Amino acid sequence: MSFLGKLSIDAIPYHEPIIMVTLAVIAVVGLVIAGLITKYKQWGTLWFDWITSVDHKRLGVMYIVLALVMLLRGFADAIMMRTQLAVATNGAAGYLPPEHYDQIFTAHGVIMIIFMAMPFMIGLMNIILPLQVGARDVAFPFLNNLSFWLTAGGAILINVSLGLGEFAKTGWVAYPPLAGLELSPGVGVDYYIWALQLSGLGTLLTAVNFLVTVFKMRAPGMKLMQMPIFTWTCTWANILIAASFPILTAVLAMLTLDRYMDFHFFTKEAGGNSMMYINLFWAWGHPEVYILVLPAFGIFSEVISTFTAKRLFGYKSMVYASGAIAILGFIVWLHHFFTMGSSANVNAFFGIMTMVIAIPTGVKLFNWLFTIYRGRLVLSVPVLWTLGFMVTFTIGGMTGVLLAIPGADYVLHNSLFLIAHFHNTIIGGAVFGYLAGFAFWFPKAMGFKLDEKTGKAAFWCWQIGFLLAFLPLYVLGFLGMTRRLNHTDNPDWNVWLYIAAVGAFVIAIGIFFQLLQLFISFKNRQQLKDSSGDPWNGHTLEWSTASPPQYYNFAHIPHVKDIDAWTDMKESGESYQTPQKYAPIHMPKNTSAGVFMSMGFTIMGFALIWHIWWLAILGFVAGVGVFIKRCYSKDVDYYVPVDAISEIETAHLTANAKGVNS
Amino acid sequence: MSIRNLAKLAFVTTVLLLAGCSGGVLDPKGQVGMDEKNLIILCTILMLIVVVPVIVLTLYFAWKYRASRDFEIYTPKWAHSTKIEAVVWSIPILIVIALGVITWRSTQALDPYAPLNDKGEHLTVEVVSLNWKWLFIYPEQGIATVNELVFPANKPVAFKITSEDAMNSFFIPQLGSQIYSMAGMETKLHLIADEPGTFKGISANYSGAGFSDMKFDAIATRTQADFDDWVQHVKQQRNVLTAETYQTLAEPTEDHPVTYYGKVSNGLFNQIVMKYMKDHGAMDFYAKPSHGARGSHRMSEMKQPGHHAEVNE
Repeated sequence: MSFLGKLSIDAIPYHEPIIMVTLAVIAVVGLVIAGLITKYKQWGTLWFDWITSVDHKRLGVMYIVLALVMLLRGFADAIMMRTQLAVATNGAAGYLPPEHYDQIFTAHGVIMIIFMAMPFMIGLMNIILPLQVGARDVAFPFLNNLSFWLTAGGAILINVSLGLGEFAKTGWVAYPPLAGLELSPGVGVDYYIWALQLSGLGTLLTAVNFLVTVFKMRAPGMKLMQMPIFTWTCTWANILIAASFPILTAVLAMLTLDRYMDFHFFTKEAGGNSMMYINLFWAWGHPEVYILVLPAFGIFSEVISTFTAKRLFGYKSMVYASGAIAILGFIVWLHHFFTMGSSANVNAFFGIMTMVIAIPTGVKLFNWLFTIYRGRLVLSVPVLWTLGFMVTFTIGGMTGVLLAIPGADYVLHNSLFLIAHFHNTIIGGAVFGYLAGFAFWFPKAMGFKLDEKTGKAAFWCWQIGFLLAFLPLYVLGFLGMTRRLNHTDNPDWNVWLYIAAVGAFVIAIGIFFQLLQLFISFKNRQQLKDSSGDPWNGHTLEWSTASPPQYYNFAHIPHVKDIDAWTDMKESGESYQTPQKYAPIHMPKNTSAGVFMSMGFTIMGFALIWHIWWLAILGFVAGVGVFIKRCYSKDVDYYVPVDAISEIETAHLTANAKGVNS
Repeated sequence: MSIRNLAKLAFVTTVLLLAGCSGGVLDPKGQVGMDEKNLIILCTILMLIVVVPVIVLTLYFAWKYRASRDFEIYTPKWAHSTKIEAVVWSIPILIVIALGVITWRSTQALDPYAPLNDKGEHLTVEVVSLNWKWLFIYPEQGIATVNELVFPANKPVAFKITSEDAMNSFFIPQLGSQIYSMAGMETKLHLIADEPGTFKGISANYSGAGFSDMKFDAIATRTQADFDDWVQHVKQQRNVLTAETYQTLAEPTEDHPVTYYGKVSNGLFNQIVMKYMKDHGAMDFYAKPSHGARGSHRMSEMKQPGHHAEVNE
């Protein structure tokens, strides 16, 4: 074994022009960004105000930046796949050989779910949830910073695989024996394992953090059944994370032992059983989709009730329906493999349990409908995303129930019908929700609103592009086309593959409009400025703060008497009151421990991937060492003096007085 | 995009969908596939009872209660109605109960493991997925083929399925159900073709680089006699499939040509299934007599443990 393990100069795929061009572009963009930061002397700001920040709002922004960057990466993969399938018809080989193509679809799945959707969801939760429950930060601010950097460490590992070695060629589920050492001897699966382990740990710690925040740090008076609905759906999602992510950690650890230490959990021989992996993977994997979609449901509820200027219809139903979805989400995992040969009774049980989830989901849709009923709906960008969701997701839900019927799944399983279905729910459900939340809460986080025109253009491109890209896949599923094909030879399929490719490019235009929207909004940030802190006449406590919120969130923790606490305060005249006096606020200090710990563990992961054992030990020791040092540090908090609070609060209240008068 | 455009799009899609489905799962040529198609259509119609009103109401309410129509009734504090809640819970519940009953019954009826008893005697075919091709062994006829499956129409076929390496899924879309093929395990599937024809067969589970070309033709002959003729034709081939030649065949290949084996050594399929068990000779739990596992089990005891990747003899 050499000093650098399996790592050598051959690990760089310099013979792959696509990858080398991509790397060159990344390098140029990176250099430009670094140059701009240097030019505007922002390195200090970046380090002291962002990277080491324990402020949940800034961590939330960083999560979303990570999610958007990963969206571009994952979408580039998608475009490549769709163009490959549009040109590789009638027996043509296309431009992506399986060697490369198989890595792309694996990376697309992993990146979109683990490094785009999850950080987007967690980012929105970070920014909003503590504000909604009237807390000054999360329960464990340092842990929150560590969680982010662990997630980022995982994202870094998966992107390093682009330029160093390879990524897994197994599909995002990495089923053994294909993902075992015998059939995947390269480093690809190891990148997969360690990227998921790092980010999974970060996600689990986030869930614990936010559960404690919700259960222990709610504003006085706020009963559980008065929590804002977004907080509730996030809480259900966090319960799911806390219960399901350890399964992922364990199953990946077992796969690691198989690959590194000649264990036989999932191997073909010596008593291994790959069915166990598949069961455990989906015991995490199915709750995972509800982890993604429940917070989106919360966002839609907030958006609809805010933009109809109306209370949410059936709040209790919504809470219980979310809970039912969360619990049922745990007993349906077998529907991912009805075709594995389980008995009819077992398949029927899991099929019916899956359908039962359609009940609370249907109730939610009706409740949104009746929230719009007799309201005053403003067709803003977040509302467009919500309406788009209600139409799109309903179709996705229907095809989901169809797939839950074992007899139908026997012919639709693994087909493009399935691909269309889960994109229908994950894009039409989760991603539309995050984009609604993004437009809805952007002024809260950044202090200015997003440009409406480009926002609407982005929505329509996404919506139309989505229909064009995925409705044909339903047809292709019926035509017998299975997933993960590299090339096809069936003239009946061609037209649908072309339409799907066009759809992907329409979505690309949508993404372009979103980038343009950010650029235009930033340029016009003075005109779009939100000085009131409450641009949409919101219902919940986050709108009572300034935009962006004071770093301590609330000078006085509000007293809550109603579900729509902020509406209640506005109506009873308790809003924007200058208090008699301020008290010093106890706040956590920023720390570099999180980023250094994650650095250690990321290096460890990288070293384990390449079998550089000495470096793995070094990385692990460094990570744990920083943690121990942090544990003994007493310099972790400070008090915001009354003068500083008074100055910030007066500015906020004056701005509002102006806003009210003008 | 207006409501009208959406409706147009939906209509066009539906028409194209129904028109363009030849050769797929909505164009079944066997009883199993036929039942599954009918199940899909029935359940889709049932669900449309909720789906269509939801979509229509969404667009209608969004239009009717938009802010500019300020003459509509506006009830900002109205947030609960027991009547509406009862309705919105009970409609999905009723439909899911109906779907649940259908699911329970259809899952029993379409159990891939259940022989198609009312269709008469089954032809047995043993299926092995290899990297990246399909091996079909006909134990009753003593022949084997690669990437071509032939059987008489109107005669049910009992498939016993396993895999050499990665997991695949054995699937002939026009005949119905698919089942995974897994190394060291045997799964079962029962299908029938109601008319003669050549149907596409695929692997419906990604298994590595050569997966896309892991296709075969499933040919249903017009009569039993046609099938017997084909068997005789294959029997004349000199190729013999033994444990050794199987080992060579198991080497990864892509887009493998159709190959016939005039003779197959007895019990090969069971050896392929059981070979990963050979270091675990004591595990009689897995060795059901009907699988012929006893034979391979006994043989395995004679070998030295350790070389678990080898083909058993």
